[in-house]
Parts: sequence; C-alpha cells; structure tokens
Amino acid sequence: MTNTVTHKHVHDDQDHKTHGLKRWFYATNHKDIGTMYLVFACVLFFLGGAMALVIRAELFQPGLQFVDPGFYNSMTTMHALLMIFGAVMPAWTGLANWMVPMQVGAPDMALPRLNNFSFWLLPFAFTLLLLTLFVPGGAPAGGWTLYPPLSLQAGDSFPLTIFSIHLMGISSILAAINVIVTILNMRAPGLGLLNMPLFCWTWLITAYLLIAVMPVLAGAVTMLLTDHFFGTAFFTASGGGDPVMFQHLFWFFGHPEVYILILPAFGVISEIIPTFSRKPLFGYQSMVYATASIAFLSFIVWAHHMFTVGMPLAGQLFFMLSTMLIAVPTGVKVFNWCATMWKGSISFETPMLFAVAFLFLFTMGGLSGLMLAIVPADFQYHDSYFVVAHFHYVLVPGAVFAIMAGVYYWLPKWTGRMYNEKVGKLHFWLSAIGVNVLFFPQHFLGLAGMPRRIPDYSTQFADWNSVSSVGAFIFGFSQLLFVYVIWSAVRSGEKAAVRPWESARGLEWELPTPAPYHSWETPPSQGVIAKGSMR
Amino acid sequence: MANAHASEHAADKYYVPHSSPWPIYGSVTLFVFMIGLCGWLNEWYGPWVFSVGVLMLVGLFVGWFAVVIGEHQRGIYNMQVDKSFRMGMMWFIFSEVMFFAAFFGALFYARQLSVPWSGGEGVKIFNKLLLFPEYSATWPTNGPAALGPRVDGSFEVIPAFGVPAINTAILLLSGVTITIAHHALKESNRRILNIFLAATFLLGFLFVGLQAEEYILAYTELGLTLSTGIYGSTFFMLTGFHGVHVTLGAIMLLVIWFRTMKGHFTPQRHFGFEAVAWYWHFVDVVWLGLFVFVYWV
Repeated sequence: MTNTVTHKHVHDDQDHKTHGLKRWFYATNHKDIGTMYLVFACVLFFLGGAMALVIRAELFQPGLQFVDPGFYNSMTTMHALLMIFGAVMPAWTGLANWMVPMQVGAPDMALPRLNNFSFWLLPFAFTLLLLTLFVPGGAPAGGWTLYPPLSLQAGDSFPLTIFSIHLMGISSILAAINVIVTILNMRAPGLGLLNMPLFCWTWLITAYLLIAVMPVLAGAVTMLLTDHFFGTAFFTASGGGDPVMFQHLFWFFGHPEVYILILPAFGVISEIIPTFSRKPLFGYQSMVYATASIAFLSFIVWAHHMFTVGMPLAGQLFFMLSTMLIAVPTGVKVFNWCATMWKGSISFETPMLFAVAFLFLFTMGGLSGLMLAIVPADFQYHDSYFVVAHFHYVLVPGAVFAIMAGVYYWLPKWTGRMYNEKVGKLHFWLSAIGVNVLFFPQHFLGLAGMPRRIPDYSTQFADWNSVSSVGAFIFGFSQLLFVYVIWSAVRSGEKAAVRPWESARGLEWELPTPAPYHSWETPPSQGVIAKGSMR
Repeated sequence: MANAHASEHAADKYYVPHSSPWPIYGSVTLFVFMIGLCGWLNEWYGPWVFSVGVLMLVGLFVGWFAVVIGEHQRGIYNMQVDKSFRMGMMWFIFSEVMFFAAFFGALFYARQLSVPWSGGEGVKIFNKLLLFPEYSATWPTNGPAALGPRVDGSFEVIPAFGVPAINTAILLLSGVTITIAHHALKESNRRILNIFLAATFLLGFLFVGLQAEEYILAYTELGLTLSTGIYGSTFFMLTGFHGVHVTLGAIMLLVIWFRTMKGHFTPQRHFGFEAVAWYWHFVDVVWLGLFVFVYWV
C-alpha cells in the first residue's frame, strides 16, 4: 500500500452512526440501506396496489363505470411497472442488503457507497415514471412490455418512461454487482460456497441474471427512443426493421426477469421450511444446481411469450421444448421442499404459513405456466385472463408471499423484537384466502375467452369478474395489517430471544439479537462457521 | 472498527468506508440529466436543464473519483477492497458487453431474419406477393420504402478497407501500447509508462477523430444517416455507442496518465490503471466485432 505513513490522520468514523437525515441520505450501512429499500418497496407496493384496485373496481361489472379506457390502460401498464421494478425487485434487494452480509460473515456489502447510489436512483426513477400521470397524453398505456408501434404513439410520457427504465436498470445493475462481489469476495474465511445459506446462492444467480439482461432492456428501450425521436427504423417494417424484433429483445430480458423476481423467493423458502420442519434442507446441492439450471434455461426460452406472432415452426418447437425443460429443475425444488417437510416436526408460525402457501400456490402458477408453454394450447390462452392468472399466481402468492415470509422470519433478528403472532396469522389467512378468490376465477375467465387489458367485457364474464374483484379488495386491504404488525413489532414488540427460531441455521443466527450495526466486524471463527454452516 | 486505518494494521479486521454525499448527489444528477433530456425532447423547454445535468455529471465524476483517488493514495484500502473493486469493474464491463449484445442482436436479426422475410423468404412468401412486390431483400438495405435523406432512396456505405481498416489498426496498436505501459508500470519504468500511456490515449483520440470524419462524409456525401432505414439505424447506433465508449475510454486513459505523471500507482497496487486497461481492451474487442459484421461481411 502506498503512503502508509500519512494515513494516521484519517479518521473515518465507522462506528459512529451518522444521525438525522444524513444517516439516510449519506448511508453506507447495509442495514440502513436495506431498510430504505424495504420501506420504498412497501410504499410502491401500496401505490401499485391502489392501481390494481382501480382496475378491479372498473371490472367489478361489465360496462364502463369509473375510469375512461385510456386511463384504464395506463393503470394496467403502471401497475405492472410499479410492482415489478418498484415493489418486488427493491424488496429483494432490501432483503439481500440485510441478509447477505450477515449470512456470509461480512461487516457490510463490498461496495457500500455504490450500494447507496443504487438505492437513491430508485426514488428518482419512479418520480420520472409517476410524473407521466400528469403530462399531456397521460401515463404510458401500451402495456409494461412497451411493444411498438403502440408504445411509440404515447404522448409526452414517452421519454419519461424510457429514462425511468434506464435509471431503474442502472440501479439494478449496480446492486447486482454489489451482491456478487459481496458473496464472492467478502465471505468469511473458511465459509465455502456450498456452505452458504441458499438465499445467498439464489441471490448470487439472480444478480448474474440482472447484469446479463438489464443492459439488453436498456438497449431495447434506447432503440424505441431513437425510433421515436431520431428517425431510426429498428421497429419499422418499411425501413427494413421489424416490430417483432422488439419483442425478441424485450423477452430476452423479460424471461430472465421473471426468474429475477422468483429465484430469491426460492432461497427464502429454502431457509424457512427447514427451520419450521426442524430438519436440514433436503438436497442442498441439488437445490443449488437446480437454481443454476433454471437460470441457464431462462436465457433460451424467451419466445414462448410470443408464440402467436408468426415465427417459424422450428422456433415454436424449440421454445416449447426448452420451456418445458424448466419444469425439471423446478420440480426438483418442489420435491426437495416436500421431502424436507416429510416426517419433520412441523410448526406453523407465520413465516411457515406463508412458505407452505408459497409451496402450493407457486406450484399452481408453475403448472399453468406449463400449460401456456404448449404451443397449440397457447394459441388459445394467449393474451387472455388465463395468462393474467398464471403470472399473478407466481408473483403474488409466489414472490410477494416469500418476501413477507422472509420479513416475518428475520424481523426478530433485525429489530430484536417479536411480531404479534396472532395478527401475523390473521394477515396470512386473509391474504391467502383473498389471493385465491382474486386470481383463481381468472383462470376460468381466460379459458372462457376473456382478453386481458380490456376495461369492459361481455356479460358472460360478469360473475367471476365480480368474485375476483371482491377477492382483490380483501387481499388489498388485508395488507394494511402487514404494515400494522411490522410497525407494532418495531415500536413495542416483545423482546425476541437470541434464537427466535430454535432450529434456524445460517451465520445470521450466530449474531446477537438485534444484529449489531456492522454485522461481523471481525470474521466469525471456524467454530461459529461450522455451527452456522448449512451442511 | 475504530477507524479506517485499523483495517490494514489488523488483517483480520474489515474495512468499511465512511458515509458519503456523492451517491445521493449522483442520483440527483442523473435525475436532472434525464428530466432535462425529456423536457428537451418533448419541447417543453430548451436544452438548459439538460446542460445543467451535464455539468453536474462532470462534477460527479470529478468529485467522487477525487475522493476515491485520495483515499487510495492515503493507503486506506486494503487488498480485499482492491479485489472488490476489480470484481466490480469486471462485472460492470460484462454489463456493457450485454448492452452491445442487444444492438448486435438487432443487426443479426435484421440481416438473417427480418430483411429476408420482408423479401418473401420461406413461409413469408406473401410479403413478396402482397406487401412489398418491388422489394429485393439484399444487405445493405434501407427497407422496402427506401427510407433516407435522398429523394431516390439510394445510399452508399463506407467500405471496410479504407478508414475502418486503418481504425482497426489504430485500436489494435493502442492495445499493444497499453500492454507495454502496463509492463513498464510493473517494472517501475516510469518513463516508458508515461510515454506509452500517452501514445495509447492519443491513438484513442485519433480513432475518434477519424470516425467523426467518416460520419461527416456519410451525412454529407453518402446519403447514409440515422434515418437511412435499418442499415443506417444499426450502423450509427452500433458505431455511435462504440465511439462514445472510445471517447470515454480515452478520457479515462488521459486521467490515468495525469495520475502516472504525478507518480501515482505502484508495481503492486494499480487498480485504476488496470480497470481502464480492461475497459480499453473491451472497446477494442467490440470494434473488431463492428469491423467484421458492420463494415466487412
């Protein structure tokens, strides 16, 4: 190291928390930044949820009652963008911020200032996006997939949408770099890769996917921008371009993106089920390999989102078969979770309830995905409510339930306080019932032929639509309970035990409760690592 | 840990940097930059907000890097931090590779699939029969409507074995000079280091200058512009983004050169130098792809 003499004067106060606003604006602490991510995700979850309720209120009956069709289309578009990029992805990054350093035996993320940069890009990105609601022409209304030529016909919202996606992309890439470097470089000496908690593994692979595909989305939306403003012809057939090319580029990003949303969920579930089954995870290594296989396959299945655009038969066959292959590693995971519970001494605290619901309901979403993978069947299902039901099953009782499970599971370690188990369970049951009333009927609607992204519908769809809307309001309002239960735990929860869950494994549980500001200031000893090791 | 320098005295202690205003400043900067660009494109107001954003961006790079360079010079970073920086830079370059992959993907898709389909290839015979009967799908093309600045829809391309070949030689040579500079740095031969690093960024700027001349030629004489159909789109977006990267890379080399002139870096510790060298090799490799697939075949 150069100039080692002069550094005597350097006193970077690492112990001292900065206080007041500076603690948050200038943050370098992984827990503070994680908290900001989680709070941000929660706010956007409610904003996106409010938009979903506008949609479901409009669809409660046939005919137009509350909003005009243009605004309705803006709601579906904005709901998707907010939930994917504003709620689920930041929630995962928040959990990664909290848990990865604790689980790998590090004091913090590898690149703490970059970490703060990734977070603070998000509020500005979503300010840009939400501003579109107030510009001439209204918010983007062509669907979150931004297919041209429709998306090119947007009003002043167009560049705002594009640039907000650029900012979100930069944020995601920087966060992903941080996670990878933390896991690969900050692991405590002696903690092997195959001894890490699965949450770290799934996030490692997720981060790889993020770095690989977010730039492709950035490139694709940049082409939209230049087609709109600078006369390029990427997506204009008369100039030799092709609008379908955008769909290929978009889904080359889009399909790995759905695994970006769900892989960390696999990690959380793989931590919670063993804890509450009081057994080690069945098939740890096969879980890791299954995750890696899913990530690999996610790059070669993208065109199953566009079977109806008229691609060559060979393409349809290839993408159908590669998509079905994903069922194999996913099946390995579901089998392993079931085998972990088999003959376990199971108890059903709130995190476990969410995890078991995930196991059932995510699998259902996976099975409807398998139906959609079949080309001739997809010709019927495409762009119908069946698709809406499918991806909401994997995203809501899939990703969102896993996020909530993770928050309930780790909250005592974070805050040193226990949540109210009764209210937690009430929140679970209302959510689980609400989500099924909300989304299950949409399978029937889709199979009966109801198209998605339509504010009005034929009267034969009326009954199941009103059922679905009732479910939406039950599910939506019961999430206020989630905020209440977290808030009351943080404010006045009972003191949590050092080991709130007696059979939980992983290095994070070897820290005091609540976890110290800088998680592991010195690397954990070999004994501690052995105790916290997953195998 | 009491303070940062504890980390290097006790190898078992970790280093955590102190808090910093630069990340939030950077976020505000990008926001101003982008909302400025939006307002400019939407014709809400002129380029003024955008210009402020650009100035703030320059401030961001100067300010944040100054802090990091200062901390490095004071020896605050231990080898673990050094390794984190290295890995971070590699993954960042990987993200850049994927960004270019999107545009190369567009090029290959157009050349191999969508343009032949427009000409009625295979099962797309009805495009020929009904949609574009006059169109013969060859490459380069500006599409069935022959988009572009010339009234007759014609345009010319820049031949590979003219300036582009010279540019290839320039970039390959700059790859050699930076490697010589790197070896000189490792052997503490500062004079050779300074000379060859200077040669590298001069070659970089020479490349950019020649590219600019080609662009002027394309716009003024060849009828080749951004709006010359799919050929113009892929040509200018690929070479344009590459040119931006070369310019940034050359500026980065210039900064590193200022640092080596000031005596920064040691044979053992020179992450900044290596990061810029990697970046330089990356733009070099992208150019080889461009030379082959955009200009040559």
